[in-house]
Amino acid sequence: MKTDNHFKSFSLSIIWVWMFLFALLPFCLVIIASFMSHNENSLITLPATLTNYQHLNNSIYIRIFEKSFVIAGISTLLCLIIGYPFAYIIARMQSRWKSFLLLLVIIPFWTSSLIRSYALIAIIKAKGILNSILIALGIIDQPLAILFTNYAVLIGLIYNLLPFMILPIMTNVERLDQRLIDAARDLGANRFTTFRKIIIPLTMPGIIAGSILVFLPAMTIFYIPDILGGAKSIMLGNLIQNQFLISQNWPMGSAFSAVLTLILVTLILVHVWVTRGNKKREWL
Amino acid sequence: MKAMIRNSAYLSLIYLFFYIPIIVLIVYSFNNTTFSLVWHGFTWKWYVDLFSDSDLWIATWHSFFLGIASATGATFLGMLTAVSLYRYRFAGRNFLNGLIFILILSPEIVTGAALLILFTFFHLPLGFLSLLLAHICFCIPFVIVTTYSRLISFDKNIFEAAKDLGASDFIIMLRIILPLLSPALFASWLLSFTLSLDDVIISYFVSGPEFQILPLQIFSMVRSGIKPEINALCSVLFCVTVTLVVLAQLALRKKT
Repeated sequence: MKTDNHFKSFSLSIIWVWMFLFALLPFCLVIIASFMSHNENSLITLPATLTNYQHLNNSIYIRIFEKSFVIAGISTLLCLIIGYPFAYIIARMQSRWKSFLLLLVIIPFWTSSLIRSYALIAIIKAKGILNSILIALGIIDQPLAILFTNYAVLIGLIYNLLPFMILPIMTNVERLDQRLIDAARDLGANRFTTFRKIIIPLTMPGIIAGSILVFLPAMTIFYIPDILGGAKSIMLGNLIQNQFLISQNWPMGSAFSAVLTLILVTLILVHVWVTRGNKKREWL
Repeated sequence: MKAMIRNSAYLSLIYLFFYIPIIVLIVYSFNNTTFSLVWHGFTWKWYVDLFSDSDLWIATWHSFFLGIASATGATFLGMLTAVSLYRYRFAGRNFLNGLIFILILSPEIVTGAALLILFTFFHLPLGFLSLLLAHICFCIPFVIVTTYSRLISFDKNIFEAAKDLGASDFIIMLRIILPLLSPALFASWLLSFTLSLDDVIISYFVSGPEFQILPLQIFSMVRSGIKPEINALCSVLFCVTVTLVVLAQLALRKKT
């Protein structure tokens, strides 16, 4: 038995060393850096201070935080509204095309969202396809100015993050027990009641997982506002990227990151609280 | 019947939303004009420009090399972690589980910033090595999830039998787990390679001027403005990643 454990200790030591160095330590360093100062000579230096967090109380930052929340929230909600029926239909489908249709959702999940955001420009720009079609159909007579506005950012976020909403919900709907739905219908529940009281609660873990997977990136994918948005479309991601790579104020950037992580932890706790009792937590 | 038509209409609408921009991008990469909506005839011009751009070739080579190295590293480390989590009970197992969970969820921008601070802290110059470590970092959780979900479908008795017959853990790993796991490992490797090839956010933080990579090159081209080459480049890269993703999915589906 003793000789067996060489392999075990070998694997475990590699894993722990790696996880300590590249998972635990970096996040601790962010927290530490957020309490430090900076000056012209060094990016991060003593004395320890709370000023970075006090600076967060600045009205410009608060407005960016609020806007990021609102835009990320709206895109999460829209992804849910658009994605839920989609996931539901595909998950309950009994067709030989099902695996192909699933693959068509997985492809956008894995391919570069930078490229896909760029592709959107041709659709929504002033002389783009969307405007041409709408004008040809006589719905509008002036091209809509979508590109370089917050609407473009919203469309870009939904376009990129919809698969992240669809896939977790789909996993949940597939596990749904048809007998429960039949039972509810037998006992006289109409379609709406069945949906509200049976289907929604049972797929709640998927809804929460999908919402987290959409909401967090929505606030932080800095290149979408960068490419599609205008000068005013700064979101949390742009702010953090700016502090680190342009203003070179790392402690301040760390403070933003720490606040963002705090939001993340809160969301995870909500998720754990909702799925408590479910032993298996599957994500993708 | 009516419901079926309604459902298919809805599905088609969403699929159109997903794919029309990409199709338009690919079609216009053959348009004989600088980016305009009107069709000016078919041309290979942008692809020719693309293939004669030496900066892009260097960045492409860098990205492929980086992708291969980080996919290999991430698959190795992710596999060790998944197998250990599956087979062993050890102190801190739940903590490790939680850590992986957080790694999956943590916003890329926080990971990027955290790694930038880490590399600066250790005086590691930004370049190939910093990119490699960072890419391995963000690929590992995906490898763990993919291989772990494969591992739990195995019959645990196989390992007991091997142990009874005198195999050490290392032999079990080499002769039993690796062969059984190979489709999942292949898929993980391809997906890690794809992730590495496409990553913008984390690379943006930890790359240096000496080691240019493709996604960042695309990002700066997209930002700096209209150059029809980008359409061609994006089309090529999109097709490459789609091929890899499809291969990975086929590997995962086989024998499940």
